[in-house]
Amino acid sequence: MSNPRTVRGPGARGSRNPGKTLRRLLFYIWKDYKLHCIAVAISIAVSSLTGVIGNLFLRSLIDDYILPFLGAKDPSFTPLLHALLVMACIYYAGTAATFLYARLMIIITQGTLKEIRDEMFTHMERLPIKYFDTHVHGDIMSCYTNDTDTLRQMISQSIPQMLSSSITIVSTFVSMLVLSVPLTVLIILMVIVMVRAVRFIGGRSGMYFLRQQKSLGALNGYIEEMMEGQKVVKVFCHEAEAKEKFDRLNEDLFDSAKNANTFANILMPVMANLGNINYVLTLAVGSLLAINGVGGLTLGALASFLQLTRSFNMPITQVSQQFNSIVMALAGAERIFDLLDEPEEVDNGYVTLVNVTEEPDGTLKESEERTGVWAWKHPHKAEGTITYKKLEGDVVLDGVDFGYTDDKIVLHDIKMYANPGEKIAFVGATGAGKTTITNLINRFYDIQDGKVRYDGININKIKKPDLRRSLGMVLQDTHLFTGTIADNIRYGKLNATDEEVVAAAKLANAHYFITRLPEGYDTMLSGDGTSLSQGERQLLAIARAAIADPPVLILDEATSSIDTRTETIVQRGMDQLMKGRTVFVIAHRLSTIKNSDVIMVLEQGRIIERGNHESLLEERGKYYQLYTGAFELS
Amino acid sequence: MIKRLTAHIGEFKKDTVLAPVSVIFEVILEVLLPVLMASVIDRGVEAGNMNYVIRMGVVMLAVAMLSLLAGTMSGVFAARAAMGFGRNLRKAMYDNIQDFAFCNIDHFSTAGLVTRMTTDVTNVQNAFQMIIRMFVRAPIMMVSALFMCVTISPRLSLIFLAALIFLGCVLAFIITRAFSIFDEMFKGYDRLNASVQENLTGIRVVKAYVREAYEQKKFRGATGNLKDLSVHAERLVVMNQPVMQFTVYTCIMLVSWFGAKLIVVDGVMTTGQLMSLFTYTMQILMSLMMISMIFVMTTMARSSAERIVEVLDEKSTLTDPKHSVLEVEDGSIRFDHVNFSYSGDAEKCVLRDVNIEIRAGETIGIIGGTGSSKSTLVQLIPRLYDVLDGAVLVGGHDVREYRIETLRNAVSMVLQKNVLFSGTILENLRWGSKEATEEECRHACELAQAHEFIEKMPEGYQTYIEQGGTNVSGGQKQRLCIARALLKKPKILILDDSTSAVDTKTDSLIRKAFAEEIPDTTKLIIAQRISSVQDADRILVLDQGAVVGFGTHEELLKDNEIYRDIYELQQKGADFDE
Repeated sequence: MSNPRTVRGPGARGSRNPGKTLRRLLFYIWKDYKLHCIAVAISIAVSSLTGVIGNLFLRSLIDDYILPFLGAKDPSFTPLLHALLVMACIYYAGTAATFLYARLMIIITQGTLKEIRDEMFTHMERLPIKYFDTHVHGDIMSCYTNDTDTLRQMISQSIPQMLSSSITIVSTFVSMLVLSVPLTVLIILMVIVMVRAVRFIGGRSGMYFLRQQKSLGALNGYIEEMMEGQKVVKVFCHEAEAKEKFDRLNEDLFDSAKNANTFANILMPVMANLGNINYVLTLAVGSLLAINGVGGLTLGALASFLQLTRSFNMPITQVSQQFNSIVMALAGAERIFDLLDEPEEVDNGYVTLVNVTEEPDGTLKESEERTGVWAWKHPHKAEGTITYKKLEGDVVLDGVDFGYTDDKIVLHDIKMYANPGEKIAFVGATGAGKTTITNLINRFYDIQDGKVRYDGININKIKKPDLRRSLGMVLQDTHLFTGTIADNIRYGKLNATDEEVVAAAKLANAHYFITRLPEGYDTMLSGDGTSLSQGERQLLAIARAAIADPPVLILDEATSSIDTRTETIVQRGMDQLMKGRTVFVIAHRLSTIKNSDVIMVLEQGRIIERGNHESLLEERGKYYQLYTGAFELS
Repeated sequence: MIKRLTAHIGEFKKDTVLAPVSVIFEVILEVLLPVLMASVIDRGVEAGNMNYVIRMGVVMLAVAMLSLLAGTMSGVFAARAAMGFGRNLRKAMYDNIQDFAFCNIDHFSTAGLVTRMTTDVTNVQNAFQMIIRMFVRAPIMMVSALFMCVTISPRLSLIFLAALIFLGCVLAFIITRAFSIFDEMFKGYDRLNASVQENLTGIRVVKAYVREAYEQKKFRGATGNLKDLSVHAERLVVMNQPVMQFTVYTCIMLVSWFGAKLIVVDGVMTTGQLMSLFTYTMQILMSLMMISMIFVMTTMARSSAERIVEVLDEKSTLTDPKHSVLEVEDGSIRFDHVNFSYSGDAEKCVLRDVNIEIRAGETIGIIGGTGSSKSTLVQLIPRLYDVLDGAVLVGGHDVREYRIETLRNAVSMVLQKNVLFSGTILENLRWGSKEATEEECRHACELAQAHEFIEKMPEGYQTYIEQGGTNVSGGQKQRLCIARALLKKPKILILDDSTSAVDTKTDSLIRKAFAEEIPDTTKLIIAQRISSVQDADRILVLDQGAVVGFGTHEELLKDNEIYRDIYELQQKGADFDE
């Protein structure tokens, strides 16, 4: 289980096309939340304007309600009370608007995130196996964790803050112009200085942050490798060397992290104090103007202006800061969109698998209910007819060439046939192509040349889900899912009854160990069922295949990683499962091989020998070598 | 716990102190500005005194510049202190882990250790930086601003006090409520990630069973749950902002009302002072806000800190003896009534009264079912674990009398779960012996039957092995690991099921090479297949932690029921592997 807060170096790569990604992202939000978005925009505007109005109120407070009454004998506070009441309305309206947009933003953000996560997952499930072969799992994971996380920040914070800051800046600027033109000119000059400072410091800090992510990545990788191999380090007394390299990487990280953080740290004080300097200059110049009465600047106007200056600094710093995080988030968004844009597994099949009843005259009739008899429903577009072909498990490969990429063919001219109920064994060295052949039958990969026929139908015409439903698979590496043991067995047939689950477990020889667990079939498994032994996991995988009850079975036999006693139990389970089915088995065990109907000996992607045990021994070829090689020690 | 961590600040103590000191300077200067402004307004503008304005302007400018300097310095100091602290923590953890015994390593999962050294340290160092900058800044800002307010007008300060209490209560309420929900939310995150991870590794199963739609439905459930929790938690948290605004606005209006009266009616306050009060309102309430934020940040880092301390506090269970035997004389091994348990609990012994003697140069096969403690037995020889009772003797001395390095250099072990490291094949081989020449490496590979496939690789011995050895097959990896172990030129060689992915023929060639080329080395071979051990000098049969047989293949076949059982099972269903 990966930690959601693992640092994996987000945004280490810049966005290729930020404009396009931003538009796409905004459209994403807009399409589901039109009304919310409009309401948020209005609320943000109200909330930011309130702040500006509040600052302007200072002028009338001083000029209209305080200065005129100074020294007055009987000052009247009624006008001030009225003004304050009006202000109270405005202020609380602003507060309400803040509340409203904060609430709405949560709905928008979380809704959009859920939508994106769901869409990513849905899409991911539809991607071809090839995608998972060619992409590092950690990278795909990081789309769900880091990239969605930066996206959350961008939607919930950066975008609204940009909007509110812009409104504040514009309205403040206009108010300033109204209050005093000369002072505004001074402010503009100062703002230019501030923006330059932000860009300088921000740029430096961004640069070092990239470097920090890189050194962090390098250090993480090294730590991961060393922790994985810690026991080997001990056995070889390699501790000193392991420390030395770690120190070097750790020092690198310290260096870049220190620089990155220094610049990030000084940004705020620099901006705040430049703001202070700005404030002081405004005060000095403004005071001089007010004393000399230039430009009609009153004391109240100066007070307002000073207050505006203060509220001008914040949004400028914010805009420049948010800009960086938006760029980072867009890089993440782009990775998410890349995943969403991956082409899905293509399925042009139109032949489907249906339940049928067999009429006395031998014709097949489609049935809504589960009859236990299956047939391929084959519509013929040209004639507009539908034919039914009984599912029997007859598989033919004819002249099949295959390569994971077009330029590197790993299987050459594979020819084979399996009659219903036959057992076909594949034998050969690691990398000879045994597993690859089985992956072609269920169309995990598509072939470059040749034909695969299932019950006489080209498998390209069969809908993939229907094809796969008719094939059971037990892989060498067992994968279990979080859930109870019963859930995991039921994976083969979702609507299976408890009795069916137990029956399947019994068939697979798994019942005994399950009932010995404290909670039996309701035992929760997590983290790929690591609490179970390898053999037990394999038994569950067999039970899972058994409950699906497919006519054709693909088995990857267990190798020697389980001890002999457990292996016999697993094998008995497998043997039970194989009865009465067409079986393709990647065989390691002599007994499986011996009683197979056909044995295929593979070498470097070619079938070099075929036949049954006796005929192959007579041939005195590779099979004979392997067979005698294994037994010359006995 | 905090002490355990702060001990690692080390050479960054100076920065750790200077950072908050600079912050204090910055804050005091910042708080001075509004008062100075008030006097400019009152004595300068209202009095029409231009000289005063200019003089005070210069003073204020100087104050702002100094504040800028102090702020920058605090940023520099804080970055160095925090990042240095992080560096030291990582180093301390890593160094400690290098000193771990196997027993210690078993306590932690690999992923757990990685997270502790990366994410957890990042969390702690960031919190540390926050603390030395903000934790000083916010309270000082609040106190000094409040102090200024009191000097200006004690009566108006009551407003701030009331506001502070109100805001403080609301914030405390929000934080405590939100925490429990956040906890739930993080668990939701974990579940979500686990679900994605599961689908990534098990994608073939999902597709083979056509369960895409089913998985999607499950996932939608998880995201829906996470969304609900997040909305729930964030709804509380975002209350901060409107509440803060409400308080600030209310303060401003109250200050305007009473301030105006104080100026006009009582004449005890000036316009400039009123204006400075507005600035202080912001400063005071913002600091409170900041304190609540720091509180959240540090509590989040607390669990990280706990996890780090766990690693730092883990003491290695093995120590070198004071007076050590300097050389391992030969490869003889003796187990003298050994009992062993991983937990140190005599009730749960996984090895019981093991009493055997092995002569130097012998080849010993070890056979037994899963859980019979084969691996445990051999791991006691290079002292990867210490015995509970009895003693393990190598070369005539108790293993605890050797320096660990001396012992382990003489005992070479190929672990069951073995690892290659990123680097060339040659570099990996030289783990066995740093000074090994290419010639020696080649020879070791020939013995381990690895030379042939290495030569076939385009770059031969310079081929780069990816992290975890993903670009070589299981059998190739095992042979490389054997070659690496051979390069140590050990007196004892232990293979813990190290040829399980190697085909039978190569397996026998390796054993043949051992017998011919390193006859003086004691060889212990754990195997599942009887064929791998039947030509050994003697075979040890283990069952549930006890020795149940020790003799030649023929002897055991005759007298030992368990051995005969295993043999017959394997004969019936022999492997056909390559």
